[in-house]
Amino acid sequence: MIRPHRNHPLWWAFALHRLSGLALAVFLPLHFLVLGTVLNGEAALDGILAWTDSGLVKLAEMGLVFFLALHMLGGLRLLALEFLPWRDWQASLAAVAGSLALVVSFAFLFNAI
Amino acid sequence: MSPAQLYVAQRLSAAVLAPLVLIHLGLIVYAIQDGLSAAEILSRTRGNLTWAVFYSIFVIAAAIHGAIGLRAIVSESLAWSRAWLNTAMYGAAVFLSALGMRAVAAVVL
Amino acid sequence: MKQGDKLAVRIWKGGADGGYTEFEAPLRANQTVLDVVTWIQRNRDPGLAYRFACRVGMCGSCAMTVNGKPRWTCRTHVSKVTQDSRLTIGPLRNLPIVKDLVCDMTVFFDKWQNARGRFQGRATRYDDIERIAPDTPARKAADAGIECINCAVCYAACDVVAWKPDYLGPAALNRAWTLQNDIRDTAQAERLAAVAGDAGCHSCHSQQGCTAHCPKSLNPTAAIAGLKRSVFQAVLRGEV
Repeated sequence: MIRPHRNHPLWWAFALHRLSGLALAVFLPLHFLVLGTVLNGEAALDGILAWTDSGLVKLAEMGLVFFLALHMLGGLRLLALEFLPWRDWQASLAAVAGSLALVVSFAFLFNAI
Repeated sequence: MSPAQLYVAQRLSAAVLAPLVLIHLGLIVYAIQDGLSAAEILSRTRGNLTWAVFYSIFVIAAAIHGAIGLRAIVSESLAWSRAWLNTAMYGAAVFLSALGMRAVAAVVL
Repeated sequence: MKQGDKLAVRIWKGGADGGYTEFEAPLRANQTVLDVVTWIQRNRDPGLAYRFACRVGMCGSCAMTVNGKPRWTCRTHVSKVTQDSRLTIGPLRNLPIVKDLVCDMTVFFDKWQNARGRFQGRATRYDDIERIAPDTPARKAADAGIECINCAVCYAACDVVAWKPDYLGPAALNRAWTLQNDIRDTAQAERLAAVAGDAGCHSCHSQQGCTAHCPKSLNPTAAIAGLKRSVFQAVLRGEV
């Protein structure tokens, strides 16, 4: 259950930023390991890429693309918050970051299928 | 490093990562059309100095940014001593850099 | 809700290991949460401990957790925080409970000092009063934060304080930022070092719970962002 003092848009923006950052940090070593399989020949990498053709994996990849875009755009929002003059429309900026990340992830999905 | 220096490293690496991620996202959405193959990826990267530099910077910046971020999460969730936090952070940075540079070498060389 | 209805009120009783006790109180027009607590203390539970002084939003002593959110109770109307005539009133979060609704504010004020939240001037009683131009960017930044009443609502709203108990917190850092922008102050290097320490301004994740809950509509997040900028520059110059 979410505690009432947390139920405002910018706390949710924080929570998503943290969740996406953690997910990306966990995914990164796997990403590197997969690319590293080329050291054992192209066939090794092609084997894994074939596995990623399944629908469920594509959805998971879409989630990762969403997290990557969201973390980048949310991060730009935080850099702007800290290093540019203050703006009162912080929640709107967070909403824009979330919406753009959704657009990017759906662009990925539509190109992938 | 002091917490203030970690803060600076976190923000500087973020500023480096932002444009790189933007390009990376563009490439992902472009390259996923008609599926991916090892030959397609390697035709872009093999022997290409520009991509080699691009991905090397990307890996190092991501390793720094990720390790500092993980340190923040652990320090706020678990009661680790500062020495353990820093050891784990440097460990994570070295681990991510090593795996990442191995991957860059694999697709470029 | 209408006149003659009853309020169902749960109030925290005891210390950290205490619990909520249920009371019934009359619902009245234009009633504040503090009015409800006072009614219960006078008519139902004379042993109930709580703090208040001015009752008009100046002293900062009556903050409590009302239906899960930190609020100044003297200027929070019951009608604003409940639609179904139910109130849950507890002590502020992130501070040790003394008894019932009373918190020990010692840590809160210690951090105020640790952030060097006190003015240090150079003038003596023999000097003229310094003229301060009100329209400089620095003075405007200072003016934006000086109405703080030390109620600790922001401190109770902050998750970083809960996760990292040493963190100086929004109120102390907001105060530090007003002094960093005060041209009469002479301790700005020391203050910057104080807020750049282990539990300093860079621990803030800009969740902005402080800004969302501040009853005076101050913006500690913006103040902390200002401190982060100063620390950033100081680190690059090798000063911190």
